Amino acid sequence: MGFLNNLINGISLGSIYAVIALGYTLVYGIAKMLNFAHGDVIMVGGYVIFTCMTTWGLNSWLSIVLAVIACTLLGIVIEKVAYKPLRQATSLAVLITAIGVSYFLQNIALLIFGEKPVNFTSVVNVPSIKLFDGQIVISGETSVAIIVSILIVVGLSLFINKTKSGRAMLAVSEDRGAAQLMGVNINRTISLTFAIGSGLAAIAGALLCSAYPTLQNTTGAMPGIKAFVAAVFGGIGSIPGAMIGGILIGVIEILGRAYISPQLADAIVFAVLILVLIIKPTGILGKKISEKV
Amino acid sequence: MAMLEINDLHVNYGMIAALKGISFEVNEGEVISLIGANGAGKTTTLHTLTGLISAKSGSIKFNGVELTKTPAHKIVEMGIAHVPEGRRIFQNLTVLDNLKLGAFTRKDKENIPKDIQDIYERFPRLAERKNQIAGTLSGGEQQMLAMGRALMSRPKIVVMDEPSMGLSPILVSTIFKIIEDIRKSGTTVLLVEQNAKKALAISDRAYVLETGKIVLSGKASDLINDESVKKAYLGE
Repeated sequence: MGFLNNLINGISLGSIYAVIALGYTLVYGIAKMLNFAHGDVIMVGGYVIFTCMTTWGLNSWLSIVLAVIACTLLGIVIEKVAYKPLRQATSLAVLITAIGVSYFLQNIALLIFGEKPVNFTSVVNVPSIKLFDGQIVISGETSVAIIVSILIVVGLSLFINKTKSGRAMLAVSEDRGAAQLMGVNINRTISLTFAIGSGLAAIAGALLCSAYPTLQNTTGAMPGIKAFVAAVFGGIGSIPGAMIGGILIGVIEILGRAYISPQLADAIVFAVLILVLIIKPTGILGKKISEKV
Repeated sequence: MAMLEINDLHVNYGMIAALKGISFEVNEGEVISLIGANGAGKTTTLHTLTGLISAKSGSIKFNGVELTKTPAHKIVEMGIAHVPEGRRIFQNLTVLDNLKLGAFTRKDKENIPKDIQDIYERFPRLAERKNQIAGTLSGGEQQMLAMGRALMSRPKIVVMDEPSMGLSPILVSTIFKIIEDIRKSGTTVLLVEQNAKKALAISDRAYVLETGKIVLSGKASDLINDESVKKAYLGE
């Protein structure tokens, strides 16, 4: 029963990673860049919810909506200010800028909220589920994380495959020049991608901080990196890949913590990344990259 | 006034001048060919025309509107469709999705299904494979899809870059037949071709490009008999 409990917790943590990984994978697929500031947008989302609920006394739903709006706008602004001027630059320049944006967000949060972690009030008020006479307890946070991430993956897949804007995203992802020839506005499509990814980061922030209720300026960094590992694991650029990778990383981390060593859990996650890069560099669902001649 | 007027167009790639002041025009209803060797600047001309690269100087006027400062996605909306070199269809999407993307800028959504049917009638092979992933099509089918996709925007003019490249002789004839059909349906065509003989045979007029300059122009029927053209491009 202990194993089953750990497995469920792993799936739940993995679901949160999956939601974060979706942001990484979307932005990578369409803007062809690794947005290392993505994890810090989660932290911003967390602080917005914290401020709304604890400081202003707003209810949790309204707080989440405001956090999604704030992070969506933040994502659009980051892209416009930091990344758009580098559209023609080398990917290394963009990567370094993304790391810069990450530190910028962390330090702004440090200035505003201080270094002391705050206690985050869970936004979830769903009762926990008890199975097998209470031998297995699934907390409200756990079940909500799993359900929300499934809804997001399904919703996002429908959006990308069934709507005109989604088709534009697929077109830009495959061939930017050809997409322009169809009349797709590249800047607007990339902006939309950042908006969606950052809005999802706000939701990930709500789930993450509800499950692990301390919040400080570096809260988003580690989950961000692990979600990046998840996105690479699943095949960066692939939406189902982000979901599968996220859940696998969550399960590996929790099982590693429970059965191997709590101190080594993070190291195991990163060892997985190294293995994936050696064995299947394009990830589980990654497409073979064919260079155009 | 010509539909498309290119005047003293200069384009650079970094320090290298790719187009050194070319001027030409395309009138409504014409088929115009640009012929020339590799590196003459044919593709550069088309890319500048549809906004994929920007001009250093000079002007491109489409029905009187300046295009050199217009972003690519607006140019399609104005009625210029581009069938790019190497087809560049969306390999991971279905044939139908590729066609729908061709109609991306259109506001008259109600007419799109009918136009897709028209494309299927023009290219029955695409109809058979409408739900197939475009990357699995043969080279000739991919070229038809690229042309169909361009026509989906209901363009006033289609520019085509090497549509016959890499195709078998029988398919090359089919493609040129399609270009003639496109013109008959009232769409102007600007064609870039290495296959100068076939291109001249279906064109009204042609321009010969050499290292970024137009060195010769005239009626296609005259150029096809021109000694220098015969020697350099027709292999006679």
